[in-house]
Amino acid sequence: MTDNNALFEYLLRLGDNSLILGQRLAEWCGHAPILEEELALTNIGLDLVGQSRLLLTYAAEVEGAGRDEDMLAFHRDTQAWRNLLLLEQPNGDFAKTIARQFFFDNFQYLQFEGLCQSKDDRLAAIAAKSLKEITYHLRHSTNWVLRLGDGTTESHEKMQIAIDELWGFLPEMFDMDEIDTQLLAEGVGVDLAALKPRWDEVVNAVLLEATLERPEDTWSVRGSREGKHSEHLGYLLAEMQFLQRAYPDAKW
Amino acid sequence: MVTMLAIEDIKAVLELVKDPEIPVLSVEDMGIIRDVRYLDGRLQIVITPTYSGCPAMDVIEEDISTMLKLHAIDDFDINTELSPAWTTDWITADGREKLRAFGIAPPTGKSKGALLGHDVVGCPQCSSTNTVMVSEFGSTACKAHYKCQECLEPFDYFKCV
Repeated sequence: MTDNNALFEYLLRLGDNSLILGQRLAEWCGHAPILEEELALTNIGLDLVGQSRLLLTYAAEVEGAGRDEDMLAFHRDTQAWRNLLLLEQPNGDFAKTIARQFFFDNFQYLQFEGLCQSKDDRLAAIAAKSLKEITYHLRHSTNWVLRLGDGTTESHEKMQIAIDELWGFLPEMFDMDEIDTQLLAEGVGVDLAALKPRWDEVVNAVLLEATLERPEDTWSVRGSREGKHSEHLGYLLAEMQFLQRAYPDAKW
Repeated sequence: MVTMLAIEDIKAVLELVKDPEIPVLSVEDMGIIRDVRYLDGRLQIVITPTYSGCPAMDVIEEDISTMLKLHAIDDFDINTELSPAWTTDWITADGREKLRAFGIAPPTGKSKGALLGHDVVGCPQCSSTNTVMVSEFGSTACKAHYKCQECLEPFDYFKCV
C-alpha cells in the first residue's frame, strides 16, 4: 500500500514538470519567430498545462488537505515546487527553447511510456492519454533539432550553444531518490535511471544526424526535488501567480 | 416519482450537442460520449476528453448539462473517464463526412503508430492527394495545417491520434 505522502510528492513532480514547461512555452505567445511556431509552441504548452491539471488534481486528492489544482498551482512558493531545473530555465532564443523541449520530450516520452504500466490505474490512464500528445511534441522538437543543427552556419552554431548551455541540467532527470525507489518497488513509479541508456541512444542518433556534438559531462546541477531551484523559477511564479497573489481566490 | 427515460431518447437529445469548435459535429460524432447508462437509478453520462488541455471540454460539459435540462432532464451526473484514451478512430463515419463537407480533412487511417509516420491527406475541396503540410499545428490542438497543390486551397487536417 502506497503511503499518501510519497504518492503526493511523486504526482507533484510530474504535474510541476508539465505546468512549468507549459508556462514557459506560453511566454512565446506573440513572440515566436514565425506564425506556425507561435501555434506549435502554444499548442504544446496547452497540452502540458492540461496534463498538469490532471496530475495536480489527483495530487490534491491524494494529499487530502483540502487543496485543489488551483491552490497547488497558485499558492505555492518556489521551495515547494518539484519541477526539474531544466524546465524553469528561460526560453532564450528559439534554439534554446527547442533544445530544452527536445531533451525533455525524449525523457517524458520514456517516463510516461513506463507509467502506462503503473499499478495505480488513475496514473496509468493519465499517462496513456498524455503519451499520444508527447509523441507529437517529440516529432516536432526532433524535426527542429535536425533542421537547425544541419541548417545554416548560424542555425548550427545557435543550436550547439543551446545544447551546451543546457547539458548540465540533464543528469538530474535520471536521479532516483527514496520516493522514486519506494514507488518503483510498489509498481507505481518508473525506474528513471534505467531510462538513461534508451534516452542516450535516441538523443545521440539525432545529434549525429543533425551534425551536432554531444557535450562532455563536465558539470551538473541538482536539487529540484528538495525545492532548491534556480532564481528563474521565482520570476516565473511571480508572473504566473500574480493574479491570485493580488486578488486571493479571485474567480472568473 | 422519477420517470426513467429510455437511453435512446437521451442519446437523441445528446445528438443535439455540438462541438463548440467544430459546430458541424455532435459530441456523439466526435466519440466524446463513451456511455449513457443508469447506475442505481441515476442517469450517468460518461465523457472522455480529446486532448488534455482542450479548452472546449469544459464548454462541452456545460453544453451537455444545458441541453439535458432544456429537455426537462434534471437528474444526472456527467463523469469524465480517461481510459481508454480518446482516439480519432472513434469519430463516426457520418462525422468524417460532415468534417469533409465543412472543409476539414478527416483523419486518415488508424491511430496506431500514426503520430510518427506521415499521413497521405486528401484535399477536402478537390480530393487530390497532392497536398503538403504547412504546419504540424493548426488552429486547435486537434488539427494540422495543410495546402493542396492542385486547387491551391489551404485547409485544416484533423490529426489522426
